[in-house]
Amino acid sequence: MRPSRVALVHIALVLLSVLFVLPFLWMLTTAVKPIGETLTSPPRWIPSQVLWSNFPDAVFYGSKELGYVPFLVYARNTVIITLLCVVGSVASNTIVAYSFARLRWPGRDLFFAATLATMMVPFPVLMVPIYGMFKEFGWIGSFKPLWVPAWFGSAFAIFLLRQFFRTIPNDLSEAARIDGASEFRVFADIVLPLARPAVTVIALFTFMGTWNDFLGPLIFLTDQNTFTLSLGLQAYQTQHGGTPWNLLMAASLLVILPIVVVFFFAQKTFVHGIATSGFK
Amino acid sequence: MNSRHEARIGILFALPWILGFVLLLAYPLVFSLVTSFTNFSVLREPKWIGLSNYQELMSDGVFLTALQNTLLYTIGAVPLGTVLAIALAMLLNAKVKGMAVYRTLLFLPTLVPMVAQATLFLWVFNGDYGLLNAALRGIGFSPPNWLGDPAWAKWTLILIAAWGCGQAMLIYLAGLQDVPANLYEAADLDGAKLWHKTRHITLPMISPVILFNVIMAIIGSIQVFAVPQVMFPGGAPARSTYMFAMYLYDNAFLYQRMGYASAMGWVMFLIILALTLAALRLSERHVHYETQ
Repeated sequence: MRPSRVALVHIALVLLSVLFVLPFLWMLTTAVKPIGETLTSPPRWIPSQVLWSNFPDAVFYGSKELGYVPFLVYARNTVIITLLCVVGSVASNTIVAYSFARLRWPGRDLFFAATLATMMVPFPVLMVPIYGMFKEFGWIGSFKPLWVPAWFGSAFAIFLLRQFFRTIPNDLSEAARIDGASEFRVFADIVLPLARPAVTVIALFTFMGTWNDFLGPLIFLTDQNTFTLSLGLQAYQTQHGGTPWNLLMAASLLVILPIVVVFFFAQKTFVHGIATSGFK
Repeated sequence: MNSRHEARIGILFALPWILGFVLLLAYPLVFSLVTSFTNFSVLREPKWIGLSNYQELMSDGVFLTALQNTLLYTIGAVPLGTVLAIALAMLLNAKVKGMAVYRTLLFLPTLVPMVAQATLFLWVFNGDYGLLNAALRGIGFSPPNWLGDPAWAKWTLILIAAWGCGQAMLIYLAGLQDVPANLYEAADLDGAKLWHKTRHITLPMISPVILFNVIMAIIGSIQVFAVPQVMFPGGAPARSTYMFAMYLYDNAFLYQRMGYASAMGWVMFLIILALTLAALRLSERHVHYETQ
């Protein structure tokens, strides 16, 4: 590329990056401002003092009235549900995708086409019957409606993993079969380790999807003690008339933090996984 | 492995999804279709009322407003997000230093939970104290009251959607990296300009990826819920941000009109189906699939 064009690319990327990151910086400075400095016009970027104590204040917000720390309860609930979903999603989607990619059985291709078609089914059309079904089970108000479905697979994850499995050469699995390995061993010991990038993508998507889910918890959870962080953040805002913006931003940052940390550590594998699987 | 044994193991391995497909997709889908022809609510035994729910939808002003809002949102958000994601991916695909940093910064917004996005942008778009309007005033505009003006509130949601285009951006980037370099080399020999290379090589080569992303974006936009629900409870101002999924949710869980909500769910499904088929149909002449 010509040097002038390289410079142009850099300028464009820097401008766009700033544009994309600015809201975060705004969130960060608001989170450490004294409340009086949040409502100024023009807005001030640099607070007169950096109030790190806003973070513990946000965490303990409302705990006196309630007798416990809601933020920590929300965080614990979110962690439990997210872990169960990630484990369930990886366990179920990998083995199902393996079956679609590597094993022959009657009706497989037709069923796979039907599976792809289900990506068009919006959750709201399923919401009412699924709610009714879980109500019959006595699950409303518990975590079960939020994590049990993850153990039954999802069309998008199956599609992505299947595409990836198909790129892994067959020779290795054939050799293992000749040595007398069971099909499950071939899947777990040979194919799965090679699919690590795609499995990372699925794990990360499930993690983000569950950590961020709003509609699911809104429908299925009834008691404040079972709420997740997504619901909790909303409660912050509506419960108290004059929204304490600095505390709300501090709490929001704390909700985002685990995702950014997980992404940071998984990012190389993640990007590789996106680049080598599916979508084609 | 003989084929009967293989078939047995194949079905056994696929069993979780077979169950999930039947219990969490097929059964609810059929159930909601049947329910949509009844006046089912928690308070009374469901009674068959034929097409009444669908007829009522056609004359329900609130529903038509929500439908219109959702379609306008989709018409704004999908093209804007698509163009932005492709442009960003092309920039990220240029071979310059510091790509890992740019890639992370541009993907960062996608990691932010919907509810946190909503709270953050309530603050950024705030008419009096928000960051955006301060910047606009700084360069001499008299900015709109984004959150309080029905004409602008939808734009707020569209801009937020564009901000979170990182996932599509990554998928486009993967597609761009698959375009064979020798195509560009040949074009360079012919002295082709950047625009011509984009128009005649890049876009045709990634057209299947564009189709996939556009369809996923349409499906997502029609269902938009969390951000408007948190930012604009009840679709304020003047119902200008009241979305399809919000009205459906309100009918199902607030007004307990499960039959009516089911009919809405099916209308939503049919709209997505129609738009997806239209996208596939329109793309037929423009999408280029590499022959194996």
